[in-house]
Amino acid sequence: MSFARSFRLSGTGAPQLATLAVILFANWLVFPEFFDLRMQDGRLFGSLIDVLNRGAPVAILAIGMTLVIATKGVDLSVGAIMAICGAVAATMASDGYSLPVILIAALAVGLVCGLWNGLLVAVLDIQPIIATLILMVTGRGIAQLITEGQIVTFTHQGLIAIAGSSFLGLPMPVVIAVVLGVAAAALVRLTALGLLVESIGVNRTASTYAGVDSRSVLITAYVVSGLCAAVAGIIAASDIRGADANNAGLWLELDAILAVVVGGTSLFGGRFSILLSLVGAMVIQAMNTGILLSGYPPELNLIVKAVVIVVILVVQSPVAGRLTTFFRRR
Amino acid sequence: MTARNLPLIATLVVFIVAYALCAMQFPAMLSLRVVANLLTDNAYLGVAAVGMTFVIISGGIDLSVGSVIAFTGVFLAVVIRAGIDPITAFVLVLIITTLFGAVMGAMIHYLETPPFIVTLAGMFFARGACFLLTTDSIPIDHPTWDFITSLNYRLPGGGRLTLVAMIMLVVFLAGILVAHFTRFGTYVYGMGGNRQSAELMGVPVARTTVAIYALSSGLAGVAGIVFALYTSAGYSLAATGVELDTIAAVVIGGTLLTGGVGTIAGTFVGVLIQGLIQTYIIFDGTLSSWWTKIVIGGLLFAFILLQRGLVHVAARRRAAARMAAA
Amino acid sequence: MTDDRSTAHAATSGAPAGPGDHRSGADDAPLLEIRGLSKSFPGVRALDGVDFRLHAGEVHALLGENGAGKSTLIKVLTGVHARDGGEIRLGGVPIDAADTADAQRLGIGTVYQEVNLLPNLSVADNLYLGREPTRFGLRSARRTAAMARELLAGYGLSIDVTANLGDYSVAVQQIVAIARAVDLSGKVLVLDEPTASLDAGEVQTLFGIVRRLTARGIGVVFVTHFLDQVFALCDRATVLRNGRLVGERRIAELGRLELVTMMLGRELEAAQLHRRRGEGPKGEAFLAFEGFGRHAYVNPFDLEIRPSEVTGVAGLLGSGRTETAKLLFGIKEADAGSATADGAPLRLASPRAAVAAGFAFCPEDRKTEGIVGDLSVRENIMLALQARRGWLNPLSRGESKALADRFIKALDIRTPDAEKPIRLLSGGNQQKALLARWLATEPRFLILDEPTRGIDVGAHAEIIRLIERLCDEGLALLVISSEIDEIVAYSDRVLVLRDRAHVGMIEGADVTVDRIVGAIAAEGPATAAGVPA
Repeated sequence: MSFARSFRLSGTGAPQLATLAVILFANWLVFPEFFDLRMQDGRLFGSLIDVLNRGAPVAILAIGMTLVIATKGVDLSVGAIMAICGAVAATMASDGYSLPVILIAALAVGLVCGLWNGLLVAVLDIQPIIATLILMVTGRGIAQLITEGQIVTFTHQGLIAIAGSSFLGLPMPVVIAVVLGVAAAALVRLTALGLLVESIGVNRTASTYAGVDSRSVLITAYVVSGLCAAVAGIIAASDIRGADANNAGLWLELDAILAVVVGGTSLFGGRFSILLSLVGAMVIQAMNTGILLSGYPPELNLIVKAVVIVVILVVQSPVAGRLTTFFRRR
Repeated sequence: MTARNLPLIATLVVFIVAYALCAMQFPAMLSLRVVANLLTDNAYLGVAAVGMTFVIISGGIDLSVGSVIAFTGVFLAVVIRAGIDPITAFVLVLIITTLFGAVMGAMIHYLETPPFIVTLAGMFFARGACFLLTTDSIPIDHPTWDFITSLNYRLPGGGRLTLVAMIMLVVFLAGILVAHFTRFGTYVYGMGGNRQSAELMGVPVARTTVAIYALSSGLAGVAGIVFALYTSAGYSLAATGVELDTIAAVVIGGTLLTGGVGTIAGTFVGVLIQGLIQTYIIFDGTLSSWWTKIVIGGLLFAFILLQRGLVHVAARRRAAARMAAA
Repeated sequence: MTDDRSTAHAATSGAPAGPGDHRSGADDAPLLEIRGLSKSFPGVRALDGVDFRLHAGEVHALLGENGAGKSTLIKVLTGVHARDGGEIRLGGVPIDAADTADAQRLGIGTVYQEVNLLPNLSVADNLYLGREPTRFGLRSARRTAAMARELLAGYGLSIDVTANLGDYSVAVQQIVAIARAVDLSGKVLVLDEPTASLDAGEVQTLFGIVRRLTARGIGVVFVTHFLDQVFALCDRATVLRNGRLVGERRIAELGRLELVTMMLGRELEAAQLHRRRGEGPKGEAFLAFEGFGRHAYVNPFDLEIRPSEVTGVAGLLGSGRTETAKLLFGIKEADAGSATADGAPLRLASPRAAVAAGFAFCPEDRKTEGIVGDLSVRENIMLALQARRGWLNPLSRGESKALADRFIKALDIRTPDAEKPIRLLSGGNQQKALLARWLATEPRFLILDEPTRGIDVGAHAEIIRLIERLCDEGLALLVISSEIDEIVAYSDRVLVLRDRAHVGMIEGADVTVDRIVGAIAAEGPATAAGVPA
């Protein structure tokens, strides 16, 4: 029981932080310069910064995904929403719109996508996997429709700065991820949203009977997820200075789900921690980087991720819970 | 009775109306040649969709089929290049993929975890295995291979029913046979209808779950062979997103995503509808390929909505029956 | 598919024996004999030394209220649960079913109210799932269908067996389930609430089938909460209450009133529970429901709610008690009649709307409808208040802590601290925490559905005292309970329900156990307004 639960939320996040530390340490073993940082043009460089920078989009997706999974749902469409919002931003940038207009438009599109998912789940009562599958299938088509099938490139300095600039020496995506993460964590914990999300995730019937407005809480969770995907999409577009409707955010929904699960939020809903999901995203990226640095083919990554999922499944499974209970009773 | 068949009827109607509209605009689409090409082009999708139909009818989902198709192609290309006979390679790869599915099924059953997360791990694993074998696109070149790909049946009117199209048709027929005329088939429907009741009625749930996912992965292996025969190459980035296309084909084919209801024949029509959209776009010439995804997504939404409505109506009717009792 | 219409009444003929025709005396060796059966779940003693005897060819009613132990008895008998103690003999041989399949092999088949078959498979497949005739490894649909038709013909049912089971009425599904169970087992048939969803004609059809089976020597255990059916069909009855055997009686020698008394019990009457209320209405009614009801749920009723008044709700299981509560609380929206609060119309479309109007509701099924198990006691207590304030207006940590601590102290909720997950608390303490959740919203009207079920004696008395205290403080309460003595102790008036209709209101000095039991046991149309004297 305790072992099975230890990877779930323990309150302190010790297992997650320990996992991250072990992986970072392993990276240092294979690549002694891993922790080396140097300052260049007012910006930090180094492998550690790379981990943070590369991990930022998944971390941002994981913020919204955490809320959705905590309600006992899942959002498979975030990768597709990234592609749509990236396409919107890139197309508008190449058409010369100003940065605020571009950002507002891309975020609004993300909001509408999240609202769509939320309505399907909360009002039409469609299972989350199925409801978000629709946008997952359609989304890339819509993104291609926006870019008219081209890989749109732009030279819009404002938009490029989103991924390319830095703040306090840190790459902007890292700053955005941290700010969003802290803001979201503050939003859910300083308001009652977090409590209501957890309550619905644990027992939707009892929550509804207690007068909780389950529908609007569910819709809010999916809207936040859509907004996070929009931010990630803007960063991805800014990073490659263009929009690639086919590949932007491809498979990132799965990485985001993995980050949330590594962060200790159960796929069966309930207790969640946004900050630990960010740690989960860093664990995944640190593994990616570690595999690269150790000279193994980067393709090994997918297999390692599969193994991580399996390990977490085994540890979280009811069977493991029963087994440990069994052995403790002996 | 009619409500139960409504999704299938709706699928057929959509297909017939769409085909009629296409044919009115482009009479050439009525030719056997176009039909034969449609079958050939979508053969791998059809084969994989048969396996997916079993999975979804049982109440599960399999996200790994696209990766398994790619793995099969890469594996074949690599081992045939290494000098192994294609037929031996086929047998080997089918054993591997079937075992792979069996392991996923066992995890789903014994770890009591949602199929979507287990097959997600499977998807990562199979795709990673492709990349480990090779990241290049490897052409397949072998005398036996050339002979196999040249097999076809000439249809009146100039069309050719290729071997891969025939494989798909055979798989569909076999799927119908298994679904409706074997105990296993009844067990699959039973588990999808109500897993607990099925278990109480003596359905061997563990064995059936393992078999369902083994079948799905095994058929994904066959689909991979078909895809390799079709492209004569193995490429680790091939068939990305095919799991979504197969799920869409199954749902558009009238299978309930919540399990228990659906037909293999309906899936066949679902595959044809997807093929028809692509064919139409090719004929039109001005429309872009992304419309395929958008139209399929729209159809998916419409059918899920239809299913929801039917479930709602059924629940209403049950309540009304209870009212009569009170 | 409408074949069932024509055949629904086909099976009534040929009933070899009616009620009161006792084919088997108590002296014969029983077909099934259970002795000293005990079964405990964490915190609950579900069965305590229960005896039960079933003779071949008899219909034996197994009766009792919720929590009496009926379903546990059946689950132990059919191998769903393992027993802690006692003995089960079938035909004189000790048996110990490992699972339902094992019980079936031994000869005990079960049919539940929610038919445990597969509605998406054909009737024939349901009958022969896992044992279909095959040819060359393939199922022979034609032979399966032929066998199914023949089997069902024995039950007077001629339907298209290739159609899906779900296309048929519940009555037909029930018969198919019985046919399968008897075909598989053949000695003992357990019918668990089989008539709950059937209309009168269908019930008669079912009775005809049961009589045919008993004529073949099968012993039938019949679980129901319809007393009319017990008297119409059964030869004997065994009554359980709170996991203990109350007694076994021949139906022919059993009066209606005696049976209801056995089921509801009145041991507590002599104990410290004493009636302390009943001085007529207190204050003006602030809530009024007129012709309030929902089709196929609860028949329309009138009800007025006054402050400082406890309205008890009595009736047997399935009489519409919980349904009335859910309707009043907006969980099911009424489709008839009107509600007014302080003279203004009130629309109760959701629990949210009800909470906004000052309603509160502690449901009967605490685990699935009440507590949010993984959340802490504090969070469970603050949930309703927080939900009403909206998520943008949070209770601070300090406020919620103070709130929780205040109620933990006031209601004496035994928990080491407010942060413990509520699922780890005992039933009584969970119930008190749920009460705290609602009291925190300072409601005007509190609905309690079986507030004392499944909790220990000490907590039981505390909750009853609490109900009285809240009432004295001006709260209006509606309390549903199967414990009649309890209702008498705290109610100013008692609403009596039968067959999903409100059949009477007992007020003032008339609130006695005898009057209530009499009203519940009374025969006659459920729509009759008054209580028979």
